Amino acid sequence: MSTRYVITFIIILTSVVAVALTGFRQVTKNKADLNEEIFNKRSILQAVEAEFPEGTKVGGFTEDQILEIFDKQVEQVVLNMAGEVQTGKKAEDVDLATEKKKPEGDRLLPLYIFNQDGKKYYILSVRGRGLWDEIWGNIALASDLNTVVGATFDHKGETPGLGAEIKDNPAFAAQFEGKQIYQDGKLVSIKVRKGGAQDEQHEVDAITGATITSEGVTEMLKKGIKFYEPYFNSIRSKQ
Amino acid sequence: MAETAVKEKEVKTAEPFFGKKERKLLTDPLNDNNPITVQILGVCSALAVTSQVYPAFVMAIAVTLVTGFSNLFTSMLRSYIPSQVRMIAQLVIIAFLVSMVELALKAYNFPIYKQLTVYIGLIITNCIVMGRLEAFAMANKPWRSFLDGIGNGLGYGAVLIIVALIRELFGKGSLFAGSAVEMKIIGPSADYFINTTESTLFGWYSNNNLMVVPSAAMFVIGILIWIQRSRNKKLVDIS
Repeated sequence: MSTRYVITFIIILTSVVAVALTGFRQVTKNKADLNEEIFNKRSILQAVEAEFPEGTKVGGFTEDQILEIFDKQVEQVVLNMAGEVQTGKKAEDVDLATEKKKPEGDRLLPLYIFNQDGKKYYILSVRGRGLWDEIWGNIALASDLNTVVGATFDHKGETPGLGAEIKDNPAFAAQFEGKQIYQDGKLVSIKVRKGGAQDEQHEVDAITGATITSEGVTEMLKKGIKFYEPYFNSIRSKQ
Repeated sequence: MAETAVKEKEVKTAEPFFGKKERKLLTDPLNDNNPITVQILGVCSALAVTSQVYPAFVMAIAVTLVTGFSNLFTSMLRSYIPSQVRMIAQLVIIAFLVSMVELALKAYNFPIYKQLTVYIGLIITNCIVMGRLEAFAMANKPWRSFLDGIGNGLGYGAVLIIVALIRELFGKGSLFAGSAVEMKIIGPSADYFINTTESTLFGWYSNNNLMVVPSAAMFVIGILIWIQRSRNKKLVDIS
């Protein structure tokens, strides 16, 4: 077969495939984006699961319920690194993966304030590195801005059964409930300790066989929570 | 591989639409010529996605669709595909189908898409797909190629699901977790059918953490191969 035939064949084949894929992407785009939005919102609400009535599972909420709770009970705030609220911006539009690439001073921080039974819960988003790729999570604080009421973690490519347990094993995230991020007025974050937590208030157990992922979580929390410190201080000074 | 495949004779006489030969194309890969346990292809993804039944099930459907339709399309185009670039052409067809599956999952089953992550994209590199195109679709008519693809997909899927059933039951104590028919069989809380914290008969039981890690699939597949070979006379090595 001639070279011309080969080239024509490949060009036609790839063009047909490209057109078909673009078309299908356009058809499914809205639904896929909505799924992504619900998925993210669900994982944020999971951080405050303990604050819903006893026995409620956020995983069991329907898509409409998730969107409704978010509309009614969640206040979306965007902060800059000085802790100032940026007006006209919504937290869900801030992508930490993109923010992480910016110089530290220019980053924006998403903050979700969840209102339930007259109480406020502050949900922080953090992002760091595990063993293979990025890890991220949401930490929910009670209105004292100290006590953790819940946490969720996720990852891009940690080892199943080892590092991936930060997401797959609910017991890991459950450990964070009741921990405190301040010690004597100083921000200390929460440490994931290999060999078992020693300080009951500021440490949780690491995952066996996933030392680097565990250290990644410690590091992510330490840096991530610190970013919110100026905002915490500004709220405290108002109180 | 292709050279031997092309020598396979094409039968010209009128054939029944779904006769004995066609049935054999579907059933052969389920046992006598199973892609995983006999041909030892596609093992990588079989290790990765078999920790739970539901994702394994979705993966099985995805691979079956891809093998079936890539065989069909390749067979339809087989006399037009220039032999110099046949592998590239096959890859374009496979990549097209895999991308379609990925887009469809994103829109219609997002949680599973999140669970399978890269492994959907990696169907492109699954040796079963490319292997069937080279060995069968390039030399056979579309309908029979389609059946051959579906058969191989099902053979792959059957092993995937068997392995996943074993791994999920002994590793997590549940079955079909994440789907509508989730069953919690055995575990240390009241949610499970057998509650190991209260049952005197099963008080000793705890989940086998080895089953959660991918290497467990290696053992399970190895044992499956052993059982299959000891029972199936056709597979006994007589050389």
